[in-house]
Amino acid sequence: MATLTMELTLIFDLILLFTLISMAWLLLASTDLFRAVVLFIAFGLLLSLAWVRLGAADVALAEAAIGAGITGALLLVGLGRLGSAERCRFTRVPLTFLQRLSAPLLIGIMIPSITLILVLELRLLADVAPGQQGLVNALLDISGSGHGVTAVLMNFRAWDTLLEKGVLLLALITIWSLDQARPLVHEDEISPQLTGLARLLLPIVIIVAGFVLWQGAHAPGGAFQAGALLSAGILLATLVGYTLPARRQRLSLRLLLTAGFWVFLLIAATTLLTSGYPLSYPQPLAGGLILLIELVATASIATILAAVVVGGHPPDNLSVPEDDSSASPKKRRK
Amino acid sequence: MSMALLYAGSGIILFSIGLHALLVRRHLLRKILAANIMGSGVFMVFIAMGARGDAGVADPVPQAMVLTGIVVSLCFTAVAIVLAVRINHLTGCTTLAIDEESAID
Amino acid sequence: MLLSDLLTALLLFCSLPFFLAGTLGLLRFPDLYCRLHALTKADNLGLGLVVLALMIQADSWQVVIRLLLTWLLILVAGATVAHLIARKAQQDGHQPWRH
Repeated sequence: MATLTMELTLIFDLILLFTLISMAWLLLASTDLFRAVVLFIAFGLLLSLAWVRLGAADVALAEAAIGAGITGALLLVGLGRLGSAERCRFTRVPLTFLQRLSAPLLIGIMIPSITLILVLELRLLADVAPGQQGLVNALLDISGSGHGVTAVLMNFRAWDTLLEKGVLLLALITIWSLDQARPLVHEDEISPQLTGLARLLLPIVIIVAGFVLWQGAHAPGGAFQAGALLSAGILLATLVGYTLPARRQRLSLRLLLTAGFWVFLLIAATTLLTSGYPLSYPQPLAGGLILLIELVATASIATILAAVVVGGHPPDNLSVPEDDSSASPKKRRK
Repeated sequence: MSMALLYAGSGIILFSIGLHALLVRRHLLRKILAANIMGSGVFMVFIAMGARGDAGVADPVPQAMVLTGIVVSLCFTAVAIVLAVRINHLTGCTTLAIDEESAID
Repeated sequence: MLLSDLLTALLLFCSLPFFLAGTLGLLRFPDLYCRLHALTKADNLGLGLVVLALMIQADSWQVVIRLLLTWLLILVAGATVAHLIARKAQQDGHQPWRH
């Protein structure tokens, strides 16, 4: 009976992996860019199933929310702004035969050999390797969190998480310096059904995000997943026409965006000053500090991810007016 | 071959498929899609390496790294898309082609 | 095998024809609106059977209520999304299929 279960799970794994790989191939080979993006969203959801099979439940939550959901929305917004036609401005200079041959040759030799080398390297790896699981479990009691991944994220590798918050802000600054936010949907295109759905879903999203955040202390969950859920709620609100009042788009918005990073940095600086090592939480305060950081981080991550999908700075900034920047993309889209 | 190594092999294949598409496709959005698939392949190799332990739960350290990786990959996909939109706005192009590239289409 | 396991397996098997019907409708129906119709109804019903099967396997009442809530949310979201797609298609000028 045990071998039968093993055979069935092996078949399931094979089907899942075959579907994933063929879906990846199809989406990259598809001639229709919209179909490619939709297949990418489906790929992300199947990938989160693969994470569950591998026992990585936190990553599965994050992949479904961020990898499939928000990245999918982002790609659809980008597709709408770019259009799927391939346009290039430079004159096409015909290539010589040797030049024409070089690309298929390089790609035809390089990529299979990379794949082959990497797959052969796999055979050198041990089938069973315990990893850091035992170490993390042994130190779980003093970490301030009851769940391994949260403890690693917020305590053992807290420095990485702090820098990651900084990277999120860096991406946001880059986006804000490139372009001005354009409305995702026109006033007259807003569907009343979607408005009704948003009214129903937004309170549920907030509650579920809070629950996922709370659950991160003892089960899969945590700040990133909760922040991604909240940002999906914020994007839903944007899609039905909600925009921040102008009064809140200056200091308050920037405070909210950077709050997660600031709180984390402050705690790092304080612990550095008091104990000589940054982010070494004093033992009785560890759980509370982690909760504080995660709480502020969730709100910050939610707003950063939503701002990143909207894709531009709020329109009150000092921006050099280009040749009617809101009209020309439409003209050039032909 | 155990389950984890099977997933690691698939991650490598996904990486190669993404690399191929990154080099061959011309439209910027397709390149961004390809880079995302490469990232997913790499994450699969990470988690598969961590799943070699006892049954059920994968090693938490690679999980934390991949969690960080997913969020950062989203943010830089967004940066790439805003850059592509900006290029399109300034030049009217959706590719970076400067000559007739021999793409395997 | 326990009765509950048998019941779960039975319900899961019963959900398969619904998913099959939805996918068949997606592939074979002549029109966007017909395909939306098939997908939304058949898939949601199939999902309902899957959720029922999982409820039997649940450990506590909390999990049962969460599963029910998941199914209801998917129903609502699926219906709204189908409506949005059909609305957009109608605005773009898709005519319903006639003989």
